[in-house]
Amino acid sequence: MNASTQKNINGSIAGGAKPWVSQDQEPFIRINNLTKKFGDFTAVDNVSLDIYREELFCLLGGSGCGKSTLLRMLAGFEAPTSGTIMIDGQDMANVAPFDRPTNMMFQSYALFPHMSVEKNVAYGLLRDGMRKREAFEQVGEMLKLVQLQDFAKRKPDQLSGGQRQRVALARSLIKKPKLLLLDEPLGALDKKLREETQFELINIQESLGVTFIVVTHDQEEAMTLSTRIGVMNEGEIIQVGEPREIYEFPQSKFVADFIGSVNIFEGRVSDDATDYVRIKSSEADCEIHISHGVSCSENQKLWFAIRPEKLEVTHKKPRGKFNWVCGLVDEIAYQGNLSVYRIKLTSGKIIRVTKSNRLRHNEDEITWDDKVYVSWEDAAGVVLTQ
Amino acid sequence: MKKSLSFASVATFLGFVFLYAPIVSLIIFSFNKSKLVTVWAGFSTKWYVKLFQDPQILAAAWVSLKVAFISASLAIVLGTLAAYVLVRFRRFVGKNLLSGMISAPLVMPDVIIGLSLLLLFISMKSFFGWPAERGMVTIIIAHTTFCMAYVAVVVQSRLSNMDQSLEEAALDLGAKPVRVFFDITLPVIAPALVSGWLLSFTLSLDDLVIASFVTGPGATTLPIVIFSKVRLGVSPDINALATIIILVVAAGVLIAATKMKPKKGH
Amino acid sequence: MSDISGHNFHTTFYHWLKRRGRTLVISVPFWWLIVFFLAPFLVVLKISFAEAIIAQPPYSQLLTFAEDGVVQLKLFISNYGYLLDDSLYISAYWSSIKIAFVSTLITLLVAYPMAYYIARSPSHRRNILLMLIVLPFWTSFLLRVYAWIGILKTNGIINNVLMWLGIIDEPFVMLQTNFAVYVGIVYTYLPFMVLPLFTNLVKLDESLLEASSDLGAGSLTTFLKITLPLSIPGIIAGSMLVFIPVVGEFVIPALLGGPSTLMIGQVLWNEFFSNRDWPVASAVAIVMLVLLVVPIMLLRNAQNASNEEGA
Repeated sequence: MNASTQKNINGSIAGGAKPWVSQDQEPFIRINNLTKKFGDFTAVDNVSLDIYREELFCLLGGSGCGKSTLLRMLAGFEAPTSGTIMIDGQDMANVAPFDRPTNMMFQSYALFPHMSVEKNVAYGLLRDGMRKREAFEQVGEMLKLVQLQDFAKRKPDQLSGGQRQRVALARSLIKKPKLLLLDEPLGALDKKLREETQFELINIQESLGVTFIVVTHDQEEAMTLSTRIGVMNEGEIIQVGEPREIYEFPQSKFVADFIGSVNIFEGRVSDDATDYVRIKSSEADCEIHISHGVSCSENQKLWFAIRPEKLEVTHKKPRGKFNWVCGLVDEIAYQGNLSVYRIKLTSGKIIRVTKSNRLRHNEDEITWDDKVYVSWEDAAGVVLTQ
Repeated sequence: MKKSLSFASVATFLGFVFLYAPIVSLIIFSFNKSKLVTVWAGFSTKWYVKLFQDPQILAAAWVSLKVAFISASLAIVLGTLAAYVLVRFRRFVGKNLLSGMISAPLVMPDVIIGLSLLLLFISMKSFFGWPAERGMVTIIIAHTTFCMAYVAVVVQSRLSNMDQSLEEAALDLGAKPVRVFFDITLPVIAPALVSGWLLSFTLSLDDLVIASFVTGPGATTLPIVIFSKVRLGVSPDINALATIIILVVAAGVLIAATKMKPKKGH
Repeated sequence: MSDISGHNFHTTFYHWLKRRGRTLVISVPFWWLIVFFLAPFLVVLKISFAEAIIAQPPYSQLLTFAEDGVVQLKLFISNYGYLLDDSLYISAYWSSIKIAFVSTLITLLVAYPMAYYIARSPSHRRNILLMLIVLPFWTSFLLRVYAWIGILKTNGIINNVLMWLGIIDEPFVMLQTNFAVYVGIVYTYLPFMVLPLFTNLVKLDESLLEASSDLGAGSLTTFLKITLPLSIPGIIAGSMLVFIPVVGEFVIPALLGGPSTLMIGQVLWNEFFSNRDWPVASAVAIVMLVLLVVPIMLLRNAQNASNEEGA
């Protein structure tokens, strides 16, 4: 595959190398047993994380999960209660924010309202003692990169939301930090603009070779942008992995449910062999057959999770013995490119099935109150033990 | 809805008449020829001439202006510090006490503040021998104390509306804390500082009660002179003085308000 | 500690500032207020227990050294007893509170429709109206009270106009009455009432009123059931901002009031300047403070409540 297209799709490190897999590379950022408490409240709970050079790492989680606090500790605005942060081999414990090799792009953009675009962007360079003329030359180039060269003299309140976002990006990149921290960088943009900007952000990141850590609550954004995602909940990192890994192989019900939508059946192991497992679930009124081994004990309670797009819905009864259920169509949401069906199973459980609308007109169209069969492949779902 | 609004609009109109009629009458009768303030006898500017020939009033005005200038400037520094501490520092011993002490002077009756400060100055004199004599210095201390409360209120609301990540962004871009304060915090809260200073200046210029308590033989402020004259009845040169003060203040406030408007976007 | 690199000075300074600088920055306004705001009250409290003597300063010392070196503490509670004995003081307190209460009520009635109207105005007009409310507050308080003398006195503007119109033959006596005092108080304290009411009313979500009228309530019902209850914090804040200083008001009764007007601020002033009885003046001040504790608490609660709402 052409490396550059792969980059654009997955945002992965140039050449497709995955240092977190090969493990022959030193991590660029090492976070070790990091904890932050505000009084009795633990915002970040014993987090350990390695991030590699030129990664675009997303911290994903709901509000109050601790992702922003983690970011602020990296920037130096919050002192850890315990644990260490190393950036490029240097311990950050006694380094003040203005001496760190990091820069931050704020959720509110935090553009200085009394300074022009140009002066905002130059601020960091001038604080490092750079000559004015040299600084403003660099600012000019940077503004060109973010396509704002015509707006240099404007004040922030004379710019649109998208323009302000780019000024904030330019200002945080101008010092060529080793690490750029982005707090909800696209959160304030509307949907269309956000999608365009996502790719722009990836391009800029790759052309400058800066390591990015992005905090977001938007899973689509995290999937599009990142080389790897760290899913956070209640101050802990629950799972770290590439977007595909997180989506296809969630390790817990929380991650499966948080990323995308999912149908979960609770059940118990009924047949445990080395190369397959069968699960009996009262919610599914059929036996679930999985074509690979799962490490679990006989009769253990576990969950079978399957994504709505991996389910097939038909009027015809499937032939096999396992992996199909039947129910009545309860609700249909037509969304243009696909339709979402809510199907009520005989057990009373409601599941979601999505089907892409490939045909304009379908003879055998599924409609309200139809009796339908829902089936899936042997390896389409995952078994979760927590 | 319509009905209640129209009642409210009539009431508002009458309210404004009530607020401004006395001021307008002051101004009109300052140009009255007659000494009887309330009977119109033709246009004249003689009371202005008389005002500017009254050495007592001129001296008192000069004292008041000096006191107001120095107190307002001190109050800006102290009030801004207090506001900054209360808004920006998460928790510290005595935070409640400080916030109580800073807001109490706003409502405390003047007679209490005046009496208590005077008694303090007297006790201080008998303990440390300072202040040896009461006068401008003691008035300035008193005025600074109650003006800083007003400054703190104005600056506090501006600071808490200010996005704190502005300061963090500057820190993040390599500015040291003191630099951040002067580069970012001060310019952003500047409008509040201007209005806080103006407010303190006029409050100090206006104060009769506290100054009467804490002053000494050397310092007579303008309100003290005005009060002693007014107590004996109306006198048209006071109208002239009032007109000058009102016009100067109104002009100052209007200029400040229009200048600050474009920055209000945040 | 390991040496990090060249930026050590500023990093150390930063951490020093975070620890020590904080204390430094806090302590400047803190100690100023302790010395010049809180300590004076303790001095007043102390002197209120002293005995008036003809001396400089004119009060006795509480602590005296007796001949055998024993420290003697003499407290004269007689100053407070004096306040109870002489009906002048009790009636002055009572009449101050009465005048403050009534004028607060009138101010509220005048201010509420104004604040309501301003809060419901389109924003460009709103700013102008607000400015007009605040503007008089910036001009001399003393002179604005003085202006009322010219309006209210026997041959003043009102009487002249009414007689000229033939409505009355004899001038009304308005100056040097409690009526004039009420006018003066409502007039000078009106902005203090309008502003907190406005801040409260402007936050009121218009859709609540629409919802109420959508559900069938008339405008009066909507006002009584929705607007008024929601504006109670503003009413309390505004009322206390008027009530508390008015209790101790001196200038307005001194200029507009007459011999029958009795307010405690004036009594304190006379006790201090005319009678030179400092201990009694101090006792008067202490009792006034005690009376104001409850309203001040009410004010603080109302302000805290509205702050939390805003956050």
